[in-house]
Amino acid sequence: MAEKLSAWIKVFCREGWSAILTPLLGILFGLAVAAVIIAQQGVNPLEAYRELFLGSFGSLDSLSFTLLRFVPLAFTGLAVTLAYRGGVFNIGAEGQLYVAALTSTWIGVYPLDIPAVIHLLLALLAGTVAGALWAFIPGYLKATRGINEILTTILMNYVAIYLVGLAVNTFLMEPGQTAPQSPPIVQSARLPIILPGTFLHAGFLMVFVFAWLVYWVLWHTTWGFEIRSVGANRDAARYGGVEVKRVMLLTMAASGALASFAGSSEILGVQHRLLENFMVGYGYDAIAVALLGGLHPFGTLLTALFFGALRNGANSMQISVGVPVAIVYIIQALAVLSIIGIVAVRQIYFRRWFKGGKVIGSHISNN
Amino acid sequence: MAAILAIISSLDFLVAGIRMTTPLLLAAIGDIFSERTGVLNIALEAMMLIGAFGSFIFAYYSGNAYVGVLAAILLGGVMGLVHAFFTVTLRCDQVVTAVGENIFALGVTSTLYRILLGATPLQPESPGLPQLAIPVLDQIPVLGTVLFKHNILVYLGLLMVPLTYAVLFHTTWGLKIRAVGEHPQAADTLGINVYLVRYACIILSCVLASLGGASLTVGGLRYFMDNMTAGRGFIAFAAVIFGRYNPWGALIATLLFGFTDAFQLRMQAMGLDLPYHLFLMLPYVVTLVVLVFMIGRSVVPRSQGIPYVREER
Repeated sequence: MAEKLSAWIKVFCREGWSAILTPLLGILFGLAVAAVIIAQQGVNPLEAYRELFLGSFGSLDSLSFTLLRFVPLAFTGLAVTLAYRGGVFNIGAEGQLYVAALTSTWIGVYPLDIPAVIHLLLALLAGTVAGALWAFIPGYLKATRGINEILTTILMNYVAIYLVGLAVNTFLMEPGQTAPQSPPIVQSARLPIILPGTFLHAGFLMVFVFAWLVYWVLWHTTWGFEIRSVGANRDAARYGGVEVKRVMLLTMAASGALASFAGSSEILGVQHRLLENFMVGYGYDAIAVALLGGLHPFGTLLTALFFGALRNGANSMQISVGVPVAIVYIIQALAVLSIIGIVAVRQIYFRRWFKGGKVIGSHISNN
Repeated sequence: MAAILAIISSLDFLVAGIRMTTPLLLAAIGDIFSERTGVLNIALEAMMLIGAFGSFIFAYYSGNAYVGVLAAILLGGVMGLVHAFFTVTLRCDQVVTAVGENIFALGVTSTLYRILLGATPLQPESPGLPQLAIPVLDQIPVLGTVLFKHNILVYLGLLMVPLTYAVLFHTTWGLKIRAVGEHPQAADTLGINVYLVRYACIILSCVLASLGGASLTVGGLRYFMDNMTAGRGFIAFAAVIFGRYNPWGALIATLLFGFTDAFQLRMQAMGLDLPYHLFLMLPYVVTLVVLVFMIGRSVVPRSQGIPYVREER
């Protein structure tokens, strides 16, 4: 019996298997606890989860909405993944996507006398620059002054959110309207639809391009090697001749640029106008997505899809059986906590058999 | 300009400033204990949210605000135990753990609120903590009204400042706490139980943050909204850093933020021709600016963020 058990644990500790089994267990745990809460409410959890599944994958329509939710989650998840690999903690994806949405809208609402493609690219570029700058500031403060980037990115999230509120109430407010919203994005700056009959836009394809790009940069370029070495051990990297500050700054800016696409694509592809609080909670979701995705770009895509499905399905679950949407947060949170718990237990108690990564995030120092 | 001066000099503004400082002060003082033992507590936001929700719900159902306070203490303690278990025993990354807890608090409070109270357009109100005027002292002009006519949580926050200072710098316990934060190995060698000190301080930190949350609901608005802490946990964390891990510094920092918050609320109410988002932004901008310009490098407890492993060496 004991031998059998230890054989199982050995399998579980092998890198390849644990990379799949750990997130799976975490998600199952989250779903199980949420099921208890759902049952407490007098709803059959299986029924609720069936609604959730159908709501996210049941038809072409629901699938396309799931994919639409997947896009911003994937971009912000990639942003966090990249920053994390470089040893900086970007909790500011939300702020970065807000300022990006703001600047993209700014370019996108004016009919410019230029070809549509150029207009779209300009709007995207404006968002990218804004997002990168918004992330550059905390990166700069961290690199030069040692100010904790977790703190600055979070504070800047709030500033960005109110900045959007300010904009749609003043200079970006639709003329002749009383509601705080921007004018609609003109046709030439909108992301084209790629699946006729649905709302799925070209941003979906951009996700894969950028995921591959992040992967390629991290593991197949010198710059990526520098980023990873700074993330793994800052002092060793410095000793090895890496300009740590420069790498940190660039990593943070690149991370902000990735997060910017979440905001820009949502505005230019889906909502077509800027509203107050148009995306809430993506900063934290992004971290959960990145961690569950094993801080790997492709893993990030998978978990972003899972979270997108959860988010989208939760709406139909709320409508059909009355389970609050916020239960999705509980599932996410418990998944994250149980995953880091499992990894830690494995590393502490089954050290002999443990091969591969450290406790998630243990290489992040906060100074 | 005259209007601004009128706001700042009004008694009502000063009282509100103290009241807005309290949630931050409680959370910040608690965090000092945690940080001084070398454990980052970025989960303050979670603890505040759970304290705000827990105290509201228990006060609402029992009809007694003090029951709410008690609930906040208990819930904060339980969350603190969980946080300590993850960061000290399991040695998980302190930031990642906190992020998980923050999402959890957001989800669990929003979900339970809907399950328990439904989605009514009417905002249910709980009983609030009574104002306890302190005899004699409350008769002092100005100061009496500003400082001595508050609820119990406000007094607790203010009292914790000298108390924490005394404990940290003038008792053996304080010495142990600081030793654990600076050099856990050395502390261990001297026979200090590093794990025990960390557990105690983390739990204390979470209980105080939870009480800070309670001061928002039963000690203030008497109703609960989703995510109503709105980043106050992070601002308390910021206050600790630019208060240099010293309770007096934290007091000054949280007062600055509390008064900015009270100020922006009054500016909004004045109906100036300025968009109110500008004022909403103000507390966060002020915190950022102070963080950037007013402090040099804060001296961080040396073992901060690093789990202690006893077996090694």
